[in-house]
Amino acid sequence: MSDASMDSTAPRQSRTLLETDARTRRRNAAEKRFRMYGLAAIGIGLFFLIVLAASILRSGLPAFTQTVLSVDFVLTQEQFDKAEGTLFKTKAYEGYFNAALVSQLQSQGLEAEVDAKAAERILGKTGSTIREFYRANPDQLGQEVRFDLSVSSRVDGYFKGRVTRDGFVESRFLMLADLDLVDALTEGGIIRQQFNWNFVTGADSGVDNPGGAGIGASVVGSFFMMLVVLVLSLPIGVAASIYLEEFAPQNRFTDLIEVNISNLAAVPSIVFGILGLAVFIQFMHLPQSAPLVGGLVLTLMTLPTIIISTRASLKAVPPSIRDAALGLGASKMQSVFHHVLPLAAPGILTGTIIGLAQALGETAPLLLIGMVGFVARGYPETFAAGFTDPNSAMPAQIYTWASRADAGFYEKAWGGIIVLLLFLLTMNIIAIILRRRFERRW
Amino acid sequence: MNDMRIIERGTLVNDIKISAKGVQVYYADNHAIKDVDVEIEDKTVTAFIGPSGCGKSTFLRCLNRMNDTIDICRVEGHIAIDGQDIYDPQVDPVQLRAKVGMVFQKPNPFPKSIYDNIAYGPRIHGLARNKAELDEIVEKSLRRGAIWDEVKDRLDAPGTSLSGGQQQRLCIARAVATEPEVLLMDEPCSALDPIATSQVEELIDELRQSFSVVIVTHSMQQAARVSQKTAFFHLGNLVEYGETGKIFTNPEDSRTESYITGRIG
Ligand SMILES: Nc1ncnc2c1ncn2[C@@H]1O[C@H](COP(=O)(O)OP(=O)(O)OP(=O)(O)O)[C@@H](O)[C@H]1O
Ligand SMILES: [Mg+2]
Repeated sequence: MSDASMDSTAPRQSRTLLETDARTRRRNAAEKRFRMYGLAAIGIGLFFLIVLAASILRSGLPAFTQTVLSVDFVLTQEQFDKAEGTLFKTKAYEGYFNAALVSQLQSQGLEAEVDAKAAERILGKTGSTIREFYRANPDQLGQEVRFDLSVSSRVDGYFKGRVTRDGFVESRFLMLADLDLVDALTEGGIIRQQFNWNFVTGADSGVDNPGGAGIGASVVGSFFMMLVVLVLSLPIGVAASIYLEEFAPQNRFTDLIEVNISNLAAVPSIVFGILGLAVFIQFMHLPQSAPLVGGLVLTLMTLPTIIISTRASLKAVPPSIRDAALGLGASKMQSVFHHVLPLAAPGILTGTIIGLAQALGETAPLLLIGMVGFVARGYPETFAAGFTDPNSAMPAQIYTWASRADAGFYEKAWGGIIVLLLFLLTMNIIAIILRRRFERRW
Repeated sequence: MNDMRIIERGTLVNDIKISAKGVQVYYADNHAIKDVDVEIEDKTVTAFIGPSGCGKSTFLRCLNRMNDTIDICRVEGHIAIDGQDIYDPQVDPVQLRAKVGMVFQKPNPFPKSIYDNIAYGPRIHGLARNKAELDEIVEKSLRRGAIWDEVKDRLDAPGTSLSGGQQQRLCIARAVATEPEVLLMDEPCSALDPIATSQVEELIDELRQSFSVVIVTHSMQQAARVSQKTAFFHLGNLVEYGETGKIFTNPEDSRTESYITGRIG
């Protein structure tokens, strides 16, 4: 270091370009160091992103598969009549079903005991399912019907590695011997894993049935909310920004509005939730848990984001463009709509989509207006019903699942997060594409 | 100052197109124009000269009320075009600006095609009934702006892809396309080469046949070449206004003389 500083004070003698002097070397070293810092920062960011994505996928992907037991089953008219005649009707159906299970195993050359208790632990109450089916479809009596029944969440967990043989604790929900039966059924091809369409298209289930829970209904709920948010916040936000930026005089009042908008952007979302509860539900008597109300609340939240980004992109349009239009005798409106707005459009669009993405992931305000997970039931009626019928939204559904006791819901929550992230990713890609298209190349 | 032949060109006495009386302009507390009286004649080129920051652009912008767009700017006094007060509350500045065109100090083409740049004014004012007429206006304007030959093969190219000087001529053509009665030009030639400059000067001379042209310039030669009347501004005051020939050969005020001989500026 000491001779470097001496170098810098010493008079320059030779000025050959073929040798870098100490000062230049130091500058180059500093530049190199800075680039290393930058690369390191990006590397750390990427590392965490990969860890995050990997852990989400690892925990969430099992939600997309489902363990089912399929049995070809025949119930004759006499069996039906006989079962209906007994006192414990579902018990009778269960007996028939277990018998069918045994015979199917035997036909594959596999020997196994199927006792009623074990079957119930693996499959839940099959009797009532079967009885309901035949009462609804009496014409199927005597025909071979294939039943695909989802296994209990613990057995499902056995397939997905959540439940293992070592360290297994026997309980009234699952015994070690049951796992032998499950293994036999798997070997016979009776139990297998398949893609869980119900998770993608279905609705929430009861707290004791994680296997039947699906995110589809709340995807629809989120979609309806986003429609409300888009239709309300884009025109209102853009109109407000254009007024504030291009037309409003610069005075105390507009300063006040400006400060308030910036503050609104920083208000915690739960405050908007309680406001929505007080105003939209208690005062205006709009229906509870409805995507319409959720959309209104999220609109309030998204507006500041859209206004701020729209004003920023309007500000970025050079004033000389406005002068040029006004100088030609264009009115203020014409100058804004013909020249300023097209130039600001990519920025407005990006801001809007970022605002929407934020709204899509928002949970807290929805919980306050009752858009909790368990209301997203009764699908597909909720699906068709739309804006004013009770529904949930993706993040609220995920939250509901995550807070349920059964370990099966844990995996559903992660699976829900994958779906949510896929939507966010899609929105961002749309933003990028639209931006590319609208951006002027001059 | 050896190019003074212009002074021999006789000037007719024309009607008064613009008359300004007691004009004061303030930018917040900055008194930028102080009590200016001036009468600008029709079918005449009037040059505004003066050192940088003396208020030439500011006064020019008063004439088509472009100062309205600056919040802190306040204009007082009386400015009339054809006897009508342009600051009258009944006057719509938009209508005024269609009549008083402007070319700005910095070229500011729209980020649209060259064609659309020219066609925009005629379109919003409904000057063309059909595409053919519009094409005609575009060609004529580009020719008057002395840029037709350079752009005729690429009318679809963006106006901003032109060079600085070409952009300025495009802006002149754009201003001419709306057929204004008065054309205000703020240093239109500051980015132009001598050839383009002389073309623009020819254009100005041609426009004089039908319009009144006000031009701000830092080039004494240019003022002497193109203008019939010259106004000399200094520190917000209109120091001297009169026949160009007289200002350049026999100025009354010592400040004018110092400026045109290069001693202040
Ligand atoms: N938009 C504005 N806001 C505030 N002050 C301004 C503004 N425009 C001009 N001024 C002030 O008004 C005075 C006159 O400026 P103006 O632009 O009219 O000068 P000019 O004579 O055109 O100078 P130049 O020859 O450099 O273009 C200057 O003191 C300037 O600081
Ligand atoms: Mg100027």
